[in-house]
Amino acid sequence: MTGVQEKTSLTHGLDMDAIAREHAPMRLEDETIALEVDNLNLYYGEKRALHGVSMKIPKKKVTAFIGPSGCGKSTLLRCFNRMNDLIDGCRIEGQIRLDGKNIFDRDVDIAMLRRRVGMVFQKPNPFPKSIYENVAYGLRLAGINKKRTLDETVEWALKGAALWEEVKNRLDDSALGLSGGQQQRLVIARAIAIQPDVILLDEPCSALDPISTLKVEELITELKNNYTIVIVTHNMQQAARVSDYTAFMYVGDLIEYGNTDQLFTKPAKKQTEDYITGRYG
Amino acid sequence: MNTPGYKTHISSQFNAELEDVRQRVLAMGGLVEQQIIDATRALMDADHALGQEVMRADAKVNQLEVYIDEECSRILARRQPTASDLRLVYAVIKTITDLERIGDESNKIARMASDLSHQERFSDGMVEVQHLSRHVSQMVHDALDAFARMDAETALAVAREDQQIDREYEALLRQCITFMMEDPRTIRRVMDIIWSVRALERIGDHAKNIAEYVIYFVKGKDVRHLPLEDVERQVKESS
Repeated sequence: MTGVQEKTSLTHGLDMDAIAREHAPMRLEDETIALEVDNLNLYYGEKRALHGVSMKIPKKKVTAFIGPSGCGKSTLLRCFNRMNDLIDGCRIEGQIRLDGKNIFDRDVDIAMLRRRVGMVFQKPNPFPKSIYENVAYGLRLAGINKKRTLDETVEWALKGAALWEEVKNRLDDSALGLSGGQQQRLVIARAIAIQPDVILLDEPCSALDPISTLKVEELITELKNNYTIVIVTHNMQQAARVSDYTAFMYVGDLIEYGNTDQLFTKPAKKQTEDYITGRYG
Repeated sequence: MNTPGYKTHISSQFNAELEDVRQRVLAMGGLVEQQIIDATRALMDADHALGQEVMRADAKVNQLEVYIDEECSRILARRQPTASDLRLVYAVIKTITDLERIGDESNKIARMASDLSHQERFSDGMVEVQHLSRHVSQMVHDALDAFARMDAETALAVAREDQQIDREYEALLRQCITFMMEDPRTIRRVMDIIWSVRALERIGDHAKNIAEYVIYFVKGKDVRHLPLEDVERQVKESS
């Protein structure tokens, strides 16, 4: 009879402590911090677009910013590699520290900063060059011209962006001949080719079809093993799917920021609850 | 063998999450199955210590239920599963409730075992109890097997078995009543046996429920509360 088994079998193979550890929620306090935003105020002329935002972006994790249009999420994202410098009348108070160093300090080399903090935009923007040259572009700018190094890095970056298999036989074709989803992955390959620390994604999937979207999302999950990812998305389901931490913003304020599981199952603030359940407005 | 449907998403993370939750249900099931076996053995041997151990295992079963539930609500919130994914998560949530109840029933048996261990041995009629227990734990095993392989045919067989269990239960009850009529001094002990037999019968019902969730997942048809013939037809129809 089956009952003739060891008594100890009751505890068979189930390490409850391990399960409990696995189950413990991810906490921001336990993370290494890549970027630290400290009381950041941003003005477009007279208009204040960000209201004293403070937050810590964890290293090698995906952090998503969600919120209705005009809430300041893209503005905040653009601060991380000082894209707002290009906008007339934009004034910033407060600090953003990348590994402890304020990126707004006078001695910061913006080109260097952008090499460490890469950005991918909403609409895929490959250069009108070959697939190969698109990825090699940043490397050439950085003074790398050795054919072998370029070849290797281009292959590595395209593999990293999950595009290699689809383009390996037509590297010299124009990048503009790729589909939207492929172009977006190409742009991501271009961003990772120079091995940044942080990759900023500004609505990377809003111009893509659902399948390409899922492919890019899958890529994001893989990229976080090596990079810190910050993503802005209108699609909160996407934030729920890909991110580890989520920040909900509303008219320039950071309303709630924390573990994505927590934010999407039991948000702390009513405003967050209203927004993610579609009761906002 | 074909890759099961829940493992073919573009998102490997989603695949992993569903696989994890499924594995955890099976682990919980394994624990529960062992609980039934051990509880019955504790009852047969009037083994107080083993009874206590079954009760301790129940805490783990309860904890696993909570973990799996949390995991499922996380999946619902993050992935918004649809179609077969939704049915899988739904089946998991329902299944663990039944598994937890099976754990509770085993716990009851274990408690009777502990009580009985303080009284004199009572061996008459125990062979049938043992038989029922074996039958019921096999049913739970098969229900879990159907769940593991998402196999509607095996699930249907489990649903069929439940009728047999009910008949065995009736027979045992009659036997117990006879004992009590013959010798009223046995009433207290026989009552404990009756509670245990009743617990086993309930476990059979829970196994049947699990089988029904498997059919729901595989066929997309809710066969709860249907007569067995209708369930059989539903399973055959769409295959």
